[in-house]
Amino acid sequence: MSLLETIFRQILNGLQSGSIYALVALGYSMVYGIITLLNFAHGDIIMVGAYLAWLAMARLALNPIFAVLVAVLGCTILGMAIEKVAYKPLRGSPRISLLITAIGVSYFLENAAQMIFGASSQSIPAIIKLRAITLGGVQIPGTALVTLLTAGASMAVLTILVNHTRMGRAMRAVSEDTGAAQLMGVNISTTISFTFALGSALAGIGSVLYSCAYPQANPTMGAMLGLKAFVAAVLGGIGSLPGAMVGGFAIGLAEAFVSAVGLSAWKDGVVFAILIVVLLVRPTGLLGKPMHEKV
Amino acid sequence: MKTKRNRIPTLLGYAINLALFAAFLILGDGLIQSGAISKYYSKVVMLIGINVILAVSLNVATGYLGQLPLGHAGFMAVGAYASAIFMTRTALPASPAFPIGILIGGAVAAAFGIIIGIPALRLRGDYLAIITLGFGEIIRVVLLNIDDVLGFTLTNGAAGLQNIPKATTFLNTFVCVGLTCFLIHTMMKSRHGRAILALRDNEIAADSCGINATYYKTLGFTASAFFAGVAGALYAGYIGILNPGGFGFMKSIEILVMVVLGGMGSMVGSVLSATVLTAVPELLRAFAGYRMIVYALLLIVVMIFKPSGLMGTYDFSLSRLLGKLFYGSSRKKQGKAGDAR
Repeated sequence: MSLLETIFRQILNGLQSGSIYALVALGYSMVYGIITLLNFAHGDIIMVGAYLAWLAMARLALNPIFAVLVAVLGCTILGMAIEKVAYKPLRGSPRISLLITAIGVSYFLENAAQMIFGASSQSIPAIIKLRAITLGGVQIPGTALVTLLTAGASMAVLTILVNHTRMGRAMRAVSEDTGAAQLMGVNISTTISFTFALGSALAGIGSVLYSCAYPQANPTMGAMLGLKAFVAAVLGGIGSLPGAMVGGFAIGLAEAFVSAVGLSAWKDGVVFAILIVVLLVRPTGLLGKPMHEKV
Repeated sequence: MKTKRNRIPTLLGYAINLALFAAFLILGDGLIQSGAISKYYSKVVMLIGINVILAVSLNVATGYLGQLPLGHAGFMAVGAYASAIFMTRTALPASPAFPIGILIGGAVAAAFGIIIGIPALRLRGDYLAIITLGFGEIIRVVLLNIDDVLGFTLTNGAAGLQNIPKATTFLNTFVCVGLTCFLIHTMMKSRHGRAILALRDNEIAADSCGINATYYKTLGFTASAFFAGVAGALYAGYIGILNPGGFGFMKSIEILVMVVLGGMGSMVGSVLSATVLTAVPELLRAFAGYRMIVYALLLIVVMIFKPSGLMGTYDFSLSRLLGKLFYGSSRKKQGKAGDAR
């Protein structure tokens, strides 16, 4: 394999995992933007999505398309349920309580999954059966192609939704100033629910795409994926949607290159080192707005 | 300025506490030596001691400093590895070597606390939580892979360190527990401790009163890391085998659960909840599978219904109790008069 081909392949790998990170990071960013909560449970929603896909395909023998629907819908409902049960009663309490609750929810989902499905991994049947495409002498695997296209389409839809619909405007208003938005007649509860639903749906799509790339489901798969997606969100500037996309791709590419130079054991370390450097040099991230503290 | 006494003299208070603690040590040690407490239960008791140190030390950073570090297991890992490496290589016999090992564990963890604290404490709230989480994970990755870089065996990668001398006993564990509680207690009652509490309550106000925020935050954070390292060293001598997998994010959360449940800012709360949360699962081994789920639900339920934890910021004080007994309970009135002056 020529050097150029290797580089191209690694870029493709990076973009594939990067687009998954970006989808998940969008969920983190939206939720943070609207209620300034680091939703630790977000990564575990992906885990639940992967298990749902596995249940639908391996156990119920459903068509892959239905399996995808089940996973995405399940994630959406789960996300909204978590918000209603765990986060809503805490609206107005200190941020640290909210954060600890989120950690509790994440912990709960992981351990519940472990009890129900066992600690070992379940292998998910192939969801996408698409042959590789040869483009200018380089093979592009079907899953990579589908992942990139799906992620791109989801992001486009999200951007339109946030920028050009009534609900999107309400979301932006609430994240700008919750109190003022409420006075202008925006229903805060509905908007927050909608944000969680949207974020969780993206996580559901992310979980399906992740299952295509790594066809296994285990109870702790969401933790590391979620943390890395979170790093992506911070890197791009938390609260900023384009930032989350850029951050996701950046983290994916960085990981691919670290692996390519033979340091894959340090992959996780490098991701967190990027996080620390970003937080120290530019805490608001690449595209984030600076925040000022008021007395 | 003469106020009527409502407390027993400080020194007497310390003497009584010390006497009671010594009695507890002698009693406990006697029971274990004579075999009245089985080997299994004495192991559980030692684990309780280690977890008490972990919870009390994390409480310094969460309860007193008001931050939320999520990498406490990282400091514990550093302390455990530092002391284990020393213990496996030293030529000294175990009894003089172990205290040195514990101090080394604590000192190395404290050094990491400074290195991590100075940059991390520039950030607040969520960002601090995340950056400490990142550092905790980096420590784990480094412990896993450092041997490839160094070219010789230091941490032994994923297989971990083995044959660490099992030097932890009931006596040295609980001496460490007592020292930890005492040192943290006296630190928090001193002007340094008051500065730390002031920073927690209102950083901007404290800053404008001339409290050096960076210094005191780093101080609190480093103290927290030091005692986590001590607990790690004890843990290494307790378990005999170390591998990086045991010091992940989950371990940090387990310690956090103890602190949050007991009440952030209450030492007695940390001690009680660490004791209960260690003892109950050990005694109910049959339900081990449910333990984590119960932990998680407890965390959520406590946050929703009693966010200050079971004890809030209440701290038990024997001196205060004795003072009430001897001088009557007119404490409240006098307290107010004292404040006005």
